[in-house]
Amino acid sequence: MDEGNQLNHRTDRDDGALAAELTAALGSGQVRSAGLERALYSRDSSTMEAEPSLVVLPRDAEEVATAVRITTGHGRPFVARGSGTGLAGGAVPLDGAVVIATSRMNRLLDVDVTGRLAWVEPGILNLDLSHQVAGYGLHFAPDPSSQQVCSLGGNVANNSGGPHCLAYGVTSAHILAMEVVLPDGSTVMLGGTTAEPSGYDLRGLFVGSEGTLGIATRVAVRLTPNPPVVRTLLLDFDDTDDGAATVSGIIAAGLVPAALEMMDRRAVEVVEAFAHAGYPTDAEAVLLVEVDGLGPGVEAAVETIGAVARRNSVRTVRVAADEAERQALWRGRKNAFGAVARLEPDYYLHDTVVPRSALTRVLRRVYEIADHHGLKVINVFHAGDGNLHPILSYDSRIPGMTEKVHQAGREIVEASLDAGGVLSGEHGIGLEKRDYMGLMFSADDLAEQDRVRSVFDPRRLSNPDKVIPGGSRCSDAGWAAGAAAGEGAWV
Amino acid sequence: MGLRPHPPELKEFAERVGTQGPVGVAGSRTHFELGGALREGTPLVTAPVGVVAHDPAEMTVRVRAGTPVSVLEEHLRAGGQMVPLDPECPTSTVGGVLAVGRSGIRRLGYGHLRDLVLEITYVNSAGRLIRAGGPTVKNVSGFDLCRLLVGSLGTLGFIAEVVLRCHPLPEVSRWYVSGEDPEDLLAGLYRPAAILWDGAVSSVLLEGLAADVDDQERRFDLSPAESAPEIPRRGRQSVRASQVADLQGEFLAEVGVGVVHRSVYTDPPPTDAPALHRAVKERMDPSGRLNPGREVVV
Repeated sequence: MDEGNQLNHRTDRDDGALAAELTAALGSGQVRSAGLERALYSRDSSTMEAEPSLVVLPRDAEEVATAVRITTGHGRPFVARGSGTGLAGGAVPLDGAVVIATSRMNRLLDVDVTGRLAWVEPGILNLDLSHQVAGYGLHFAPDPSSQQVCSLGGNVANNSGGPHCLAYGVTSAHILAMEVVLPDGSTVMLGGTTAEPSGYDLRGLFVGSEGTLGIATRVAVRLTPNPPVVRTLLLDFDDTDDGAATVSGIIAAGLVPAALEMMDRRAVEVVEAFAHAGYPTDAEAVLLVEVDGLGPGVEAAVETIGAVARRNSVRTVRVAADEAERQALWRGRKNAFGAVARLEPDYYLHDTVVPRSALTRVLRRVYEIADHHGLKVINVFHAGDGNLHPILSYDSRIPGMTEKVHQAGREIVEASLDAGGVLSGEHGIGLEKRDYMGLMFSADDLAEQDRVRSVFDPRRLSNPDKVIPGGSRCSDAGWAAGAAAGEGAWV
Repeated sequence: MGLRPHPPELKEFAERVGTQGPVGVAGSRTHFELGGALREGTPLVTAPVGVVAHDPAEMTVRVRAGTPVSVLEEHLRAGGQMVPLDPECPTSTVGGVLAVGRSGIRRLGYGHLRDLVLEITYVNSAGRLIRAGGPTVKNVSGFDLCRLLVGSLGTLGFIAEVVLRCHPLPEVSRWYVSGEDPEDLLAGLYRPAAILWDGAVSSVLLEGLAADVDDQERRFDLSPAESAPEIPRRGRQSVRASQVADLQGEFLAEVGVGVVHRSVYTDPPPTDAPALHRAVKERMDPSGRLNPGREVVV
């Protein structure tokens, strides 16, 4: 941590004056400067860290605006933070940035049942939102595995995904409008709750911008009706190729399941020992498939999936008999990363997307890369949309191990791009992949992204040095730390 | 390993756009006056044409912006898929539909058309080819310039090529009419493709498996319609979905969406934070050379 911090320290900064002005405006309960609290906010769920100069815990949109105005008035950067479950270092405060954490702003403000939308504050937790609107037969469709603890504002920043995005789309498709505090402290509305707000789609631009354009303080989300019938299937295979072929076969049959997840043998072993979900531990690959909709269509889909799986030498086709069994099957999948945390002191979770047709090829390459570096790898991923999540488990106390893990990570990214894939499916670029952006985008492409960003943040004070490479004085901040990611990380 | 090079057809398009002086882009000109007429004498370019690759297993298609939607639809149908762009006129080009940014009448069922765009390649005001997004169905790599370009009326860049997300062709697609309250239909029907309400009668489009559609037809007592309803096209109004029930006058409203089709022109709503929107235009096209005269900000 010290190393990262030294890289970050600006010589001209005066935390005392800034803290005094913020405290005067917001009250001492909202501004924290103690060492312990700054340390708490120095990292998210990635392996990177850098200490903030101050932490602000605003209670409402006006306090966010005040905090931003004062901070940038001092020429100092700020970083918006939700629950800190991000895996790409997006919430790590570089340059001694002020962390503005939205966790206290967690209210459901308004529900329009007919219009199927709700206004929420950014700190509301993803699953809390769905629970609070469940009585209307509605839910918020994006469901990252961290949904019990991740915030809606974080979902917006990262355009988060989740298993059910295969059929329902990622966060951007579920965000209608946002009230945003810009880096100059002014407040604007992006998007709107009418069908076709006029102007450019700045809402779409803001979603996934990882906190580099400002802070969302109120968000209008689209709510999705709960499906009348849901069926969850567990398919297991002796050969990973058969599992992957089944994934492609299901899509080729014209089905778009609500979710289509895959786990390799090692993942199943680890998860089963932890979550007791009833997964077959002797299978090479397990698929978790969920279909939803109306009764006849769902039953037909279950038939089709079974037939495709049998053509691909499935061992057993298990259909959850009731909601309890369905929940048990999902419990294994959604707790996979808690389970992995028990293997070794550290793990590193990757996120790339490849064409479905390249799944087996890239998986094989992932195993080769891990073997080459002497690392253990398990795979739990969103197979339906080709979203790979190789997890390397390791012990950072062994000299050289962290470097090996990062090297293997880069090779996995390169293998994915070689196969026609992309850098990130749902975790974002943050710090982790910022310097890989040039593998996917040309200098012209990146300059254009930077140009658009600068409209919102000409002084580059909103989550500086994230997403877009170049011009950074602290590109390696925290990388060398390689500290443990505990059980609180998900994918 | 390396960046995918831009194909020659796209480079030629970028050369036609050039690096200075006013320039406009034309598709099939079905909405050419939207946002105001181009400044007189502006030279026009057209985007490259052709379906580059449809990959049914990936459910994606790479298509050049100048391709008529009807050509794309026919191409995809052969692979059992579709992209629900649903322009008013089938001669509309893919790039034109995206630049206009208006979803078709199946938005209730398939979502906003901007969510169909996975990757975009466009020519910016400096005449450079810019690629944003990615070719896979899921991607959060960098800023989402794709959505920024959708609905920008060619004022930020000229779309050259896109990768779109496909949907399976439904087994059946049937129009019905119903006298039921449209909000009850919306609440009761499962993922209807469209519900259009004229103040008295709802026209309902159901798509999917025949067994599902039959089941819904029975349960909601829907009457099969001869054809799709006639949609008034002169006026297009944007309201909240929950305001549809209170609409007055002659209209055909998209229930659950809030787009209202009228036979008389309606003014677009004013833009929130217009200065910010204008700043985006000024930064991306400092000399105002792209589609001069056209205004997205109201």
